[in-house]
Amino acid sequence: MTAKKRIKVIMAKPGLDGHDRGAKLLARVFAEAGMEVVYTGLRQTPEMIVEAALQEDADVVGLSSLSGVHNYFFPRVVELLKEKGLDNVLVVGGGIIPDEDVPGLKDAGVAAIFGPGTRTEDIVKFVEENIPNT
Amino acid sequence: MENLVPEVLQGSIRAMAKLITLVENEDSRSLEFLGAIYPHTGKAHVLGITGSPGTGKSTLTDKITAVLRQRNQTVGIIAVDPSSPFTGGALLGDRIRMQRAFGDPDVFIRSMATRGNLGGLARSTTDVIKIMDAFGKDWIIVETVGVGQDEVDIVKAADTTVVVLAPGLGDTIQSMKAGVMEIADLYVINKADRSGADALVTEVRIRVEQDAQIKARPWQTPVLKTVAVEDQGTESLVEAVDHHRKFLEESGKLKKVRWEKTRQETLSLLKEEISRNVLEKILGNGRFDDLIDDIIANRKDPYTSVKEIVETLFSDE
Amino acid sequence: MFDKKKLETIKTEKEQWDCGPVEKVCAKFPDRKTTFTTISGEEVERLYTPLDIGDFDYDSKLGFPGEYPFTRGVQPTMYRGRFWTMRQYAGFGTAQETNERYRYLLEQGQTGLSVAFDLPTQSGYDSDHALSMGEVGKVGVAIDSVDDMRVLFDQIPLDKVTTSMTINAPATVLLAMYLALAEEQGVPYNKVGGTVQNDILKEIICRGQYIYPPQPSMRLTVDLIKYCFEHVPRWNSISISGYHIREAGSTAAQEMAFTIANGITYVQSCIDRGMEVDTFAPRLSFFYNAFTNVLEEVAKFRAGRRYWAKVMKERFGSQNPRSMMMRYHVQTGGVTLTAQQPLNNVVRVALQTLATAYGGAQSLHTNSFDEALCLPTEEAVTVALRTQQIVAEESGAADTIDPLAGSYYVETLTDRIEEEIDEYIKKIDAMGGTLKAIEEGYIQREIQDSAYRFQKEIETNERVYVGINKYTMKEPPPTNLLRVDPKQREIETEKLKKLRGERDQKVWKAALDRLAEVSKTDENVMPAVIEAVKARATVGEICDVWRNIWGEYRPKEFV
Repeated sequence: MTAKKRIKVIMAKPGLDGHDRGAKLLARVFAEAGMEVVYTGLRQTPEMIVEAALQEDADVVGLSSLSGVHNYFFPRVVELLKEKGLDNVLVVGGGIIPDEDVPGLKDAGVAAIFGPGTRTEDIVKFVEENIPNT
Repeated sequence: MENLVPEVLQGSIRAMAKLITLVENEDSRSLEFLGAIYPHTGKAHVLGITGSPGTGKSTLTDKITAVLRQRNQTVGIIAVDPSSPFTGGALLGDRIRMQRAFGDPDVFIRSMATRGNLGGLARSTTDVIKIMDAFGKDWIIVETVGVGQDEVDIVKAADTTVVVLAPGLGDTIQSMKAGVMEIADLYVINKADRSGADALVTEVRIRVEQDAQIKARPWQTPVLKTVAVEDQGTESLVEAVDHHRKFLEESGKLKKVRWEKTRQETLSLLKEEISRNVLEKILGNGRFDDLIDDIIANRKDPYTSVKEIVETLFSDE
Repeated sequence: MFDKKKLETIKTEKEQWDCGPVEKVCAKFPDRKTTFTTISGEEVERLYTPLDIGDFDYDSKLGFPGEYPFTRGVQPTMYRGRFWTMRQYAGFGTAQETNERYRYLLEQGQTGLSVAFDLPTQSGYDSDHALSMGEVGKVGVAIDSVDDMRVLFDQIPLDKVTTSMTINAPATVLLAMYLALAEEQGVPYNKVGGTVQNDILKEIICRGQYIYPPQPSMRLTVDLIKYCFEHVPRWNSISISGYHIREAGSTAAQEMAFTIANGITYVQSCIDRGMEVDTFAPRLSFFYNAFTNVLEEVAKFRAGRRYWAKVMKERFGSQNPRSMMMRYHVQTGGVTLTAQQPLNNVVRVALQTLATAYGGAQSLHTNSFDEALCLPTEEAVTVALRTQQIVAEESGAADTIDPLAGSYYVETLTDRIEEEIDEYIKKIDAMGGTLKAIEEGYIQREIQDSAYRFQKEIETNERVYVGINKYTMKEPPPTNLLRVDPKQREIETEKLKKLRGERDQKVWKAALDRLAEVSKTDENVMPAVIEAVKARATVGEICDVWRNIWGEYRPKEFV
């Protein structure tokens, strides 16, 4: 790590869900915490998200879903990241995700799930503490 | 860290992305790698696109990329957005407007933040161009926000520079900083379906014709109209870029431009290296802070002191 | 309302009160905070008096219910005649499961149906499309063809219910299916009643379920409005929605302002297409949110009604009072619900229902307390409906019209919100209208800035949210959550395969070709869409016809 190193985040909304309040809010919060955030917008396939992570050499991929498709999309993103050799990328998720789904998502390689009402500073702290040093 | 160069040359996107990160971080390891890829550069055509926020540069970049892809040309895109001067963070939103290109394996998009250091950014942009060039991209598009002096430095790395304007933004030639007019090889009036577009075209044309410096150049700077969101005029824009490229090659100007560019780059590398080495020496021993105390206390003045430091430095050698 | 002399006296008395008792108490027991604000950030004073509404003119500001400027309500007797329509948005899984839920709700005394569609349907994709992966039947019911629509309304006579469909970009297609089904049931078009949302602008601003660029999208919107005006007179052909704007983080005033801005754009588009304002405007309807700050919500509704009446009368020269009435549906605030201590949401929804009743809405959907966690369970849906019934039958809020009128605070806030609406409308007009303001990202940015401000207030504990930043407690993970069968996509895919195999290919192709042809002209697309759905063309196939002609919209994103 050099002094100029900054955490690079991809914020993405997988699937067809258009509720992006949380995703956009977090993009802003991450930027205010000194990170460089690439927002990919709506209707992203896991392939598109991973391609962005690859090209941008992202440290973190943040996924947001409110339509109940997390069990399909989040693990698929992790899987594709691994396929591309991006094992070190920290994947975090948020949105409306029942607690009972969290263990399964964590087993699949999602580092953390942040539900509604999570303080953004806790999310920032988690990311800062958990990105792998390269 | 493993040597990324062979992988970049073999077309590894992952290695290219990582090497770009090293350059962005001004990591000292990048210099060695850049040295190794240098012999493989010089093939790509570099297109600079600049203009005020809201002129539609990203959409234009997307559409130009689509035209180039139809011709089976591979494309690298560097999209530069400003960092916040307060937090150092950045929101990089250009990628989203390049959705068409996004998902195509032969288009590589990299978003870069200015990191509060535009002088340094010009350097790192140049280096990133080199990396994409060595990787084998046929075209490299550098997109920067604004038309200030700092951006001018960035687009100096381009072979062809497009300055984008749009009506209704209070964007007039008068409002442009000195030096911007001169960098344009092509003017594009985007959002040309809006009222005020024709007036803007006329204004730019008059300015181009009246500027003695621009007029003296052998290249006639065209003024084009586009409506990027509706894909109008992008084809002609790419043709105009082709035309410029041909002009550069045939007039021997390309060689001259690249010689000048290489001189500039090497010179700035040299300056950077010198200043880093020298400053390390001067600031390393803590005496500099004592000197500041002396200056504040009026025991010394900064002008004589600096002169003395440099003299001592060279007498040490 | 008060004469000058009286106001002078009150002013003196207020000053004495401020310097006397107030100061004395504050010295010992200071206020909880230095400034008090509503959830939207509107500053709230310690006390409101006649001084705040000084030269208030009853007739021009309020008038009587059912009369211009409709501040007090759009009907002369409001809920004394009958309550607002209690309309619960429901839909999940297959058409058959949703049909069962509908029949249950009708038995429970619900008076109108409301259809939630899944995201593939809302985005104009069939269930077997690649982008539908993981989404089929998730947030609503999956409808691919008229066959599904038939199952959805099985044993429900379409002349006996009114149906609200939350559908926008493909609204023409879903309405066509509903009309085709009515025909099958032998119900004439003029007996069919309901609403389609058909509000593409707010999709582009904040909800994300758009398909085509703004221009052709607006054409579809107006085609539908025009067709309904001519053939389905009881159908509300657009529901201009602030709900999602508020959900995206706007303030109460912004919700109203941007919705009215969109409304102005729709009205202007219809006029531009040759319609007389008073022919279609009476069928325009609106859709708003209700948050927990009761008085602010009431002020918002009153201000919006008054402002819209003025817009219709002064800007569009309407002569028909019915055109000037802002009739609206309300849904309680989805984002106000917490996943923490979910039962608390019952109370939030009750307050929001009260605000809606005081505000004078025409219909209401109350959210279920478990919606921050999952799709609502039957128990939660029942409580939500009972909440409305309790407010309607027990609270007394429905017994007199606009009971908060004349409150110094509510009238002050109503005026202030109206001023804010006016400022936004003027600003948007100066930018060249809503489409330009959207293109420049202005509206999106204003909303996001408010969302950000609110989030910061919560995190700095400046604003208390029970269960989030105060009165938190450890709780076991919730159980008993409703889940959609993940096999849904396979089931729908099978059905589609069967449909594509058995329908008359020639009729189907001719209908789609005809639709493409019509879409390239200025002719209304509705008849061709109805023919296409009767030929069993799917939502995705019809939407693809237009995708091929108009392309897809790719927004700029503003963060």
